[in-house]
Amino acid sequence: MGRAGKLLGAVVILGAAAAVVGWFLSAPVRLDADTIAKLGAGDAAKGKRIFFAGGCASCHAGAKAEGDARFELAGGVELKTAFGTFVAPNISQDTRDGIGAWSMEDFANAMLKGVSPSGEHLYPAFPYASYARMKPSDVADLYAFMKTLPAVSGKAPGHQLPFPFNIRRGIGLWKLAYLDDRPVIDLPADAPEAVVAGRYLVEGPGHCGECHTPRDFAGGPKKTEWLAGAVAAEGDGIVPNITSGEGGIGDWSAEDIASYLENGLTPDFDSVGGAMVEVQKNMAELPPEDRAAIAAYLKAIPPHPNGYPPRKPQR
Amino acid sequence: MRKLVIAISVLAFTGAAASADPIADRQALMKERGKLVGTLSKVVKGEQAFDAAAVLDALKGLEANAEKFDTEALFPVGSEQGSDTTAAPKIWEDKAGFNAAEDKYLADVKAAVATPPADVDALKGPFGAIAKDCGACHQTYRIKKG
Repeated sequence: MGRAGKLLGAVVILGAAAAVVGWFLSAPVRLDADTIAKLGAGDAAKGKRIFFAGGCASCHAGAKAEGDARFELAGGVELKTAFGTFVAPNISQDTRDGIGAWSMEDFANAMLKGVSPSGEHLYPAFPYASYARMKPSDVADLYAFMKTLPAVSGKAPGHQLPFPFNIRRGIGLWKLAYLDDRPVIDLPADAPEAVVAGRYLVEGPGHCGECHTPRDFAGGPKKTEWLAGAVAAEGDGIVPNITSGEGGIGDWSAEDIASYLENGLTPDFDSVGGAMVEVQKNMAELPPEDRAAIAAYLKAIPPHPNGYPPRKPQR
Repeated sequence: MRKLVIAISVLAFTGAAASADPIADRQALMKERGKLVGTLSKVVKGEQAFDAAAVLDALKGLEANAEKFDTEALFPVGSEQGSDTTAAPKIWEDKAGFNAAEDKYLADVKAAVATPPADVDALKGPFGAIAKDCGACHQTYRIKKG
């Protein structure tokens, strides 16, 4: 064998080894038995709060659904991103088109590990990278609540994604880099209870960082610019900086934040807009102490300047 | 004399040009609208005592403001960009929807003026409807820019 042949052989072997390692690394990982045991029975009454904290209806109910229509989770809302168009699936109780046939364990694996009952990776457009920080008991309560919601027939269309994003297995590698159930912001041991409760709501079920934190080249959140605002995933606008840094909401009091989440009005007499309208509707359904906790957390986190580039001058 | 006429016409022209700035006009109307809603918001939140006359004044202010909000004049073709506008392209793509949102807002404001609230609890309902209209329109027809 010549030198070139040896080199080629080495490249082939290394390539094959990388493929094998990559295949194993990218395998879907389900919840361990410990976590499953912590799920418990689930309490539907408590799950309603988690439903609104998690903003499920924003994507899975029809666009601009009001009243009881927000509990009809037939999906279909499109999220047009740089990676392609994601379509929210039907998560109603329909056994064929929705998730009516899912066990609680199936549901918990989707929420906390981003793995479907058939063992496939789910796309992180479904914000399990945030939900991974949820308490198993809250996931169980949510499951119990969703069991009380109507079955709606009709499958939502599939995602429209170009190569390589259409290969689900690749998400396994993304998860290695970004799926983490630990909190983003370390708080001192003596942090006020409300701040800790707010951290849970914001970083976990509320998944605020999914839009308010800028993303790196691979679509993972830049935790060093946590909640600093970002270029919107859709359209040509921005998502505001909600830290106390320059361009952020440092001049809002905790009461201002809580009140905004309740009625949609900013302290400078403006109103909620864009995708936040749906979010604010959900936040308005939470008990007042939850909104106060979110506000306390946002006042406590490190300030950052805007996480999006300054606006280009017009004309 | 001739110079004076020219000076006056120049002034008149710049005056007319200034008022023919639809982006500035709509921004001014929105600012005023926000201030009035802010006054009412303080009352609803209990930061300011309920004063029936002052509340009705603010509501009437909103009504006058909304009636001045002529979408054809304020959002002409050609005013999609520039001067820090946060108007979404959707306004020009879906004129009917945009007008309907504005009409609903005007109707809710008129309804509030027609039955002036006697106390803070009576204000909460109509105020909530108005605030919701703000959000509903801003959801689709405004883009946040940096």
